[in-house]
Amino acid sequence: MNFDPSTFAAELPMNLQALLNRDTTTPTEGLPRRSFLKLTAVSGFALGAFPLGTLAQDAAKPAGLKPTQQPSAFVQVDKDGSTTITINRLDFGQGVQTSLPMILAEELDADWSKVRSVHGNNAPAYVDPVFGMHITGGSGSIAHSYTQYRELGARTRAMLVSAAAAQWKTDASALRTQNGVVIGPGGKRLTYGELADAAMKLPVPDTVVLKDPKDFRLIGKATGRLDAKAKSSGHQSYGIDTRLPGMLTAVVAHPPVFAAKLKSVDDSAAKTIKGVKAVLRVPVDRGGEGVAVIADGYWPAKQGRDALKLEWDTSSVEKVDSVKQLAQYRELAGKPGLRKFDADVSKLAGSAHKIDAEFVFPYLAHAPMEPLNCTVSVAGDKAELWLGSQMPGLDGMVAAKVLGLAPQNVKINVQMAGGGFGRRAIATSDYVVEACGVVKAAQAAGIGAPIRTLWSREDDIKGGYYRPMHLHTAKIGFDAQGKIDAWDHVIVGQSILGGTPFEPMLVKDGIDGTAVEGMKEPYEIPMRLTVHHPKVNVPVLWWRSVGSTHTAFVMETLVDEIARTTKQDPVAYRMKLIGNDHPRHKAALQLAVDKSGYGKKTLSAGRAWGVAVHESFNSVVAYVVEASVKDGTPTLHSVTAGVHCNLVVNPKSVEAQVQGGALMGLSMCLPGAAITLKDGAVEQSNFSDFVVPRITDMPQIAVHMVPSADAPTGMGEPGLPPLAPAFANAVAALSGKPVRELPFKRA
Amino acid sequence: MSTLHINGKDRQVDADPSTPILWALRDTLGMTGTKFGCGAALCGACTVHMNGAAIRSCVTPISAAAGQKITTIEAVTDGSDKVGKAVHEAWVKHDVAQCGYCQSGQIMSATAFLKSVPRGKHPTDAEIDSAMAGNICRCGTYARIRAAVADAAKSLA
Repeated sequence: MNFDPSTFAAELPMNLQALLNRDTTTPTEGLPRRSFLKLTAVSGFALGAFPLGTLAQDAAKPAGLKPTQQPSAFVQVDKDGSTTITINRLDFGQGVQTSLPMILAEELDADWSKVRSVHGNNAPAYVDPVFGMHITGGSGSIAHSYTQYRELGARTRAMLVSAAAAQWKTDASALRTQNGVVIGPGGKRLTYGELADAAMKLPVPDTVVLKDPKDFRLIGKATGRLDAKAKSSGHQSYGIDTRLPGMLTAVVAHPPVFAAKLKSVDDSAAKTIKGVKAVLRVPVDRGGEGVAVIADGYWPAKQGRDALKLEWDTSSVEKVDSVKQLAQYRELAGKPGLRKFDADVSKLAGSAHKIDAEFVFPYLAHAPMEPLNCTVSVAGDKAELWLGSQMPGLDGMVAAKVLGLAPQNVKINVQMAGGGFGRRAIATSDYVVEACGVVKAAQAAGIGAPIRTLWSREDDIKGGYYRPMHLHTAKIGFDAQGKIDAWDHVIVGQSILGGTPFEPMLVKDGIDGTAVEGMKEPYEIPMRLTVHHPKVNVPVLWWRSVGSTHTAFVMETLVDEIARTTKQDPVAYRMKLIGNDHPRHKAALQLAVDKSGYGKKTLSAGRAWGVAVHESFNSVVAYVVEASVKDGTPTLHSVTAGVHCNLVVNPKSVEAQVQGGALMGLSMCLPGAAITLKDGAVEQSNFSDFVVPRITDMPQIAVHMVPSADAPTGMGEPGLPPLAPAFANAVAALSGKPVRELPFKRA
Repeated sequence: MSTLHINGKDRQVDADPSTPILWALRDTLGMTGTKFGCGAALCGACTVHMNGAAIRSCVTPISAAAGQKITTIEAVTDGSDKVGKAVHEAWVKHDVAQCGYCQSGQIMSATAFLKSVPRGKHPTDAEIDSAMAGNICRCGTYARIRAAVADAAKSLA
């Protein structure tokens, strides 16, 4: 785990450099004269030296290899053979803490029973080799690091073999490896543990030969998670569990309307709470102001915050009202906008059949089970942060900017995260900036202790960065055979990436790629697609599967409606409409159809089939579901998944991601799964009014994968998009009325 | 100063009597296996046992725990508790956890439930769902939770 400052800045993409140069700091101020301090001097937590990889500090680094290709940053073999593999991503449930080590251990020929894994940090070695920045997102962990981790394993293996060859004074080609041992002529053996010290001083080979996939013994094998025991006993540590000597906890009062400022603060009652150390004004996201209550634990800090009497100035910020916002979106949908696809829509007028549809999707909170938190410790000109970050490189740079430190002096210790679903990858680093702002304000008030800033669930639900609200309209004309004459489609929704460092990459001609992904494909449709990106005072963000959360629903329910209208089987109609360029869609759909018994099995009375297929992040998932409607309330009974993600590294992990993705897809359907605003304030506050699925909502689910030897594609997100439309299609089949709004209406 | 009886030991806690057990465990005693999820008894992440019954430690003040036996995830899964051990092993066997954050609470609810099930009886899916409905898992591990609880019940029968 080398943390090499010299290469740090050079590794960063240009757009992140630009962000670094942007002024993200806002002056912090304590409450003048009224600052409340019980602590006059708290010694700062001593920063240890950044941990160095003990394995290969001395290894010669060939000029041709990048930090992402150096085994020393990723593999450590101890004398007893224990093999520690560093993952270059955040594990927040998706299981890369196990599957990335599987890939490396495969080529290393490691003894899997001795493999463990640890998180990396914001050092250059741990960037996503495709994106070139530290990011866990886009379902890219396995897809982007498959070859990287194979090569890392193969390089390490080659070095171990060379070390054994040197010791035995024989040619490396005469040696083979198996289960953590190098085997030589006559069956003599040296363990990787015995060889590691010598091996890692050898030059790292530039080129290595990778295994023939038919020789894989780990990749493709259903493998239990390396963290299963720790996570089934309370021993797994998360960011929120960070404990440092003298550490304090901050709870911040956020403005009720995004970006609002403080008018007045009365902290007299808060100061009387036992354990409260300081009450400080702090800058919060989007230029707003807040008040941090710093105490010796969460409870007194929270009690202190509850006791604050605050007046807010909301005069200069837009106060969003969801009802009015929908009316504005409808008006916008009728106006000329940006053009993503073009087609001759004049043919609509003469079509035999027509659909004129409007779809509405609300804001959605990520609501990961571990509330957002960030622990910051500053000593001299260095800082360390502990958090479950999807973008530790960016978070580290932004933290440095706020703290006034050099970026290479800020270390991000990536912690296991209790879920995230996108919320821990924020272009503004909102909660990291806030935590650093709290520390800066505390320092100004004489508090040097490390501080954990911890959000309550209410802070999380009300804290913004939602899946954007969207309005879709579609006018479709088709003939009696379902041949589509023209499809005139409009999307209205905030741009997630406009104004962020990702804009140059993902926004083209003003159209945010994440708003339109999943439209049209894989169907051959003459579609005109118009896009509007209104600016609204509600922070928005990617939410597991991003644009496909709404585009898959629109596409798959409309295609189904055309099939129903023209009295065609929805599977057969899709197979016809998909054409010949998308064999993976057809294979995934056919697999789900075959395994579910669709078209063969007789359903129980009152039940109907629902079907949907969708590609996201280069993987295709098809669902065939059974649902019923009782007293107006839809129930999802069973789900059969057909998955095409090319080569499957860990079938257990892919199954889990599909189960989880399906459930999060189902979450979009449940009445109460919506964030709404009134007078600028978010109306929901906790799991009481922002509804998420419980075990009683969980259908029976069976996951089947299409066999493939092609390089793996992402699976963290693709299980989500087709669930809601498949469920809605079953409901529509029962009721005869299309579902065009999520969540489903209450009965 | 309050005295709490936790996992078989008396522990001194210097905190206001209104402090929820959750924060006495996590911030005062450093026992971080019990998790904070909602602070309002809505998600079950903070579930502990009080005299064997599953309670939400985020809304139960330490004043209510005086003289009561509190058991946390650390003790339930350390091998000394037969039911807890069966649940822990079923959780590992079924690879239940994804992010794992809610699983302490899930295991505490499952253990309390299985202790209430007469030996030899296999709970139905509906009974399992009913017992586990207070615990939210945002990753969607419910299918495996259901299977693991049924499996643990089987191993205990």
